[in-house]
Amino acid sequence: MRTLIIIPAYNEATRIGEVVRCVREANPDYDILVINDGSRDETSLAAQSAGAMVVSHPFNLGYGVAIQTGYKYALAKKYDFVVQMDGDGQHDPACIRDLLAPVLAGETDFCLGSRFLGHESYDPSPARKIGMAFFRWLVSTLIKTRITDSTSGFQAFNRRVIRYFTTEVFPCDYPDADMLITLHRAGFRIREVPVRMHASVTGKSMHAGWKPLYYMFKMLLSIFVTLLRKREG
Amino acid sequence: MPLQQQIFALVVSALVFVIVIDMVRKRRLREEYSVLWLLTSVLMFVLVFRYEWLVSLTDLIGAGLVTTTLFLFSIIFLMLLSVQFCIKISQLTDQVKNLSQENALMKREIESLIENLPVEKSAEA
Repeated sequence: MRTLIIIPAYNEATRIGEVVRCVREANPDYDILVINDGSRDETSLAAQSAGAMVVSHPFNLGYGVAIQTGYKYALAKKYDFVVQMDGDGQHDPACIRDLLAPVLAGETDFCLGSRFLGHESYDPSPARKIGMAFFRWLVSTLIKTRITDSTSGFQAFNRRVIRYFTTEVFPCDYPDADMLITLHRAGFRIREVPVRMHASVTGKSMHAGWKPLYYMFKMLLSIFVTLLRKREG
Repeated sequence: MPLQQQIFALVVSALVFVIVIDMVRKRRLREEYSVLWLLTSVLMFVLVFRYEWLVSLTDLIGAGLVTTTLFLFSIIFLMLLSVQFCIKISQLTDQVKNLSQENALMKREIESLIENLPVEKSAEA
């Protein structure tokens, strides 16, 4: 059974080395793949010297495309399981084991790490809390499973999901709530486990400026058309 | 329809037709994009000689003036064109994404092959 840890990174040269080292210390048996999403700094070099394999995009393509490149690599190299985490150090490598355990045991196909179950984690801003609460309610209702952290990028899943995610069904811009619903409708089992997350150190977030508005719009539209589509899978 | 208008409309439609055909000939415009343009120029050509069609179309859609019909349809034409472009851009975005991913993965594959090369060489030596 081979497991690949996928870490997308964009201009993370200052932190990616440390993240890779921490992940390796906590999980020495797993391969680590950093997807350098067209960074203009030394992200690729830093990740490589910390002991990760690196795939570099020729230019910046966005978070969703970067993780999908990772899935394509995992599929081509015949990995059985994938763990995916962010490159800015907000996900705690010590939680990888908890995240992977239900997938390894075959109890679920897809495991989502939630910062709101159990472990004490950082506190999001009030506006963000409202948005999160809304999507949490919507997703939980639609997939009939309690989901507390639909925007979490800390995930583990098996080969069937890897194969599914490398097809055109994968939503490459902001893959979160709509992806969960697509997965559910394709018949995959989804589960959430508690993980520890820290607030991103630089505070740079994909949810800044006008982006939350676009995010809300895109996610609602995407969920709506996902429901209109025939079940695929 | 006054003679001046007729001549002007004929010249414009003929020009559009010839230019579009020439662009296709020089392969600067793909056939699939020329269709809408060619249809429009042919339609303009026909309307010059069948002005009564334009008048009945104006009555049909309830517009007051013939010019309104012309403007309305030219705007619809432009909108159709942008929708066609948007569809194409979405397709191209997807293709560029897939190509870049493949390119990145292949580069990684080549690098790992090269990394393994010197070991073989030193073994030969």
